[in-house]
Amino acid sequence: MKYTVQIVGVGGQGVLLASMVLGNAAMAMGYDVAMSEVHGMAQRGGSVLSTVRFGDGVVSPLEAAGSANMILGFEPVETCRNLPLGNKDTVVLMNLDPVLPSMVAAGLEEYPKMEELTECVRSKNPNLVTIDATEIAIKAGKAVAANAVMIGAVAAMKGFPIPKDVLHETLMSQVPEKFKELNSKAFEMGYSAIAN
Amino acid sequence: MVNLLSDGGKQLLLGNEAIVRGLIEAGIGFASTYPGTPSSEIGNILEKISSEAGLYFEFSTNEKVAMEVSAAAASSGVRSFVFMKHVGLNVAADPMMTLAYAGVRGGMLIMSADDPSAHSSQNEQDNRYYSTLALIPMMEPSTPADAKEMIAEAYRVSEETQLPLLFRTTTRMNHARGVVSFKPAPAPKAKGHFDKDVARFVNIPAYARLNRNILLERYAKAAELSEKSALNYVEGEGDIGIIASGVSYAYVKEFVSGVSILKLGFTNPLPEKKIAEFVRSKKAVIVAEELEPFVEDQVLRICAQNGISVPVYGKRTGHMPRAWEYSPDTLKGIAGLVKVQSFPEPMSAPTMKLPSRPPTLCAGCPHRGMYAAAKRAVGKKDVVYCSDIGCYTLGVQPPFQTADFIICMGGGAGAAGGFATATDQKAIAFMGDSTFFHAGVPPLVNALFNDHHIVMVILDNRTTAMTGHQPNPGTGREFGGITTPPIDIESLVKGVGVKFVKTVNPYDVKLATQTFKEALEFDGVAVIISKCPCPLELKKQKLLVPGRCEVDASKCILCDTCLKTIACPALFKKDGKITPDPVQCIGCGMCASVCPKGAIEVKR
Repeated sequence: MKYTVQIVGVGGQGVLLASMVLGNAAMAMGYDVAMSEVHGMAQRGGSVLSTVRFGDGVVSPLEAAGSANMILGFEPVETCRNLPLGNKDTVVLMNLDPVLPSMVAAGLEEYPKMEELTECVRSKNPNLVTIDATEIAIKAGKAVAANAVMIGAVAAMKGFPIPKDVLHETLMSQVPEKFKELNSKAFEMGYSAIAN
Repeated sequence: MVNLLSDGGKQLLLGNEAIVRGLIEAGIGFASTYPGTPSSEIGNILEKISSEAGLYFEFSTNEKVAMEVSAAAASSGVRSFVFMKHVGLNVAADPMMTLAYAGVRGGMLIMSADDPSAHSSQNEQDNRYYSTLALIPMMEPSTPADAKEMIAEAYRVSEETQLPLLFRTTTRMNHARGVVSFKPAPAPKAKGHFDKDVARFVNIPAYARLNRNILLERYAKAAELSEKSALNYVEGEGDIGIIASGVSYAYVKEFVSGVSILKLGFTNPLPEKKIAEFVRSKKAVIVAEELEPFVEDQVLRICAQNGISVPVYGKRTGHMPRAWEYSPDTLKGIAGLVKVQSFPEPMSAPTMKLPSRPPTLCAGCPHRGMYAAAKRAVGKKDVVYCSDIGCYTLGVQPPFQTADFIICMGGGAGAAGGFATATDQKAIAFMGDSTFFHAGVPPLVNALFNDHHIVMVILDNRTTAMTGHQPNPGTGREFGGITTPPIDIESLVKGVGVKFVKTVNPYDVKLATQTFKEALEFDGVAVIISKCPCPLELKKQKLLVPGRCEVDASKCILCDTCLKTIACPALFKKDGKITPDPVQCIGCGMCASVCPKGAIEVKR
């Protein structure tokens, strides 16, 4: 078995934490793990991509185009931009909360309508699952826990090879003590949003 | 959470974290750097843990100085590690070239973090050629685990050959993550003694000529070690062979089957006999390496010298690209020669127009204020904006477009002197505080010395921001049990004799604009110091006094001046109203400063 998650979003959204949780959970399962992260200049509000690969005989930190088993989209436009990372069988989980690029904020470009973005994915892939992670995180206590909501949602996705309890335990090991309760709650709410 | 001082177990480590663990397990006593992506995390980690690990670490003023302090440590018998990004090694090449003539006593590794695809760099130069230029051994890891294991061996080779060793990595190794097993670490040796040996360490011509022969002998020794090194090995069987190094090995290993792979970790000098023997036994050989045909050309030479006529495929035959980093997709180029795993058909790219999302200056970034002031002061004048390496490079984007010429660290101010003389355009140079100390003082002095009438703007945001907020001489040092005071930029600039020196707060865009106008009119060298701390650094230190901007809709005339002038990501038009984003806005007030109607107010 080999499994690749391509996590896409915007610098500052917690993509790195999510990739650390998935990677460490895979290591706890005894899989080989290879990952690739974006650091440096791109983090200043730019598009970011983390590749998490695990399974037997995994060595390469990058995946071939089209070969992602899951695209974990923290932001709608970034999800659409990165669709070529997957194929028609790829599972796509998309957060519906937009982060406006500076060119949009300055009125120089337009942000597409949400229906257009979901339709863009659906026209190429029948497996789209959407979630409003930020709204759920606010209900859980704080908007910043949106990444924990996303990780909880991953646990509920069809065919994801790492069990929920392992993901939860790993998340708890990666966050500071004082944020454990918030993250745990956000994780559970993310899981329920998809599982139910 | 990652703990690099743990004495056993396994952890999921970033390549740069694995390198730090490798250094600890090799018992090094001294490390130095100038920050540069993709090597920067190593410095940030050593800043935190060097004391506890029992080794000395410093952020040096620039890569050249970093090379020199580490060279002195190694010459005194202390294992040292100097690390930098690839272009940093250009700066440090001068001491490196002659250091090879003197050689070292304690092991010394020179890490060059190359950046194929120029993810965060101005070029994608292949620094492997520095190893053949300087005649020093080189090793290249393929994965984080590989890197950690290789470091102890690299120090042994450095000590056996008495040569500094080039430890060459790439972004996909530094910023890859993998499972790494920890071994117990020895107690580091942080102090040595410099035993004088003039004929060795003073390379005046008479000694340099003799040391050139000694260097060639040491280089021959390195070739022997490479020949029998366990880092160069063959695995798998097949009529077709692939010679792979660096991260290319990972792609070949996982996605190509039915081949025999010669994995090279010790890549200069190359194991010539091992390569000849490998190639001779194959029907054809492919060389997989990123960027230049460094190994490939040597394989072709080895074949020619040994009378081997096996075809060698790679960049010279057009099977492998020479530009940009590799990925599993690159292997499609050799799918006609070997069995490459087939990949599913990717989804097509969306046809709808998606907004671009380049990296951008942060909300509340003081550079925005200085750039807005520059644009207003310059107006329609014909100027050349020389910029430099740092966050402020992002001023190249609209609406600022305050970067017309960028080459290297400190290069903007040097070039400004040239533009001021060779054209009738006014030359303006932007440069960060850390860059000023790194390479900005010589071009400033040059402008005074040769009477270049430039405007130099030092964007002093009190940190080395782009690479992850490292201290620099302008902030002073406060880690590893050493405290030093900040060096005052204004005093330094006045001290060398600049007559126009003004420090401004860029959040006050109006005043900054006025100062900029005066600088443009000044008949001589003018220096403006834009002094305001990076809000990200303040947040990190929990020193940010949060505020927020509020727009009074009754006063706002929707002229969009705030959006067009500052272009802050925390301010946008929503439902026909100028709206601050309460999450991102820090209340810096730059937008308020440019509002013609006083419609924006900062609330604390």
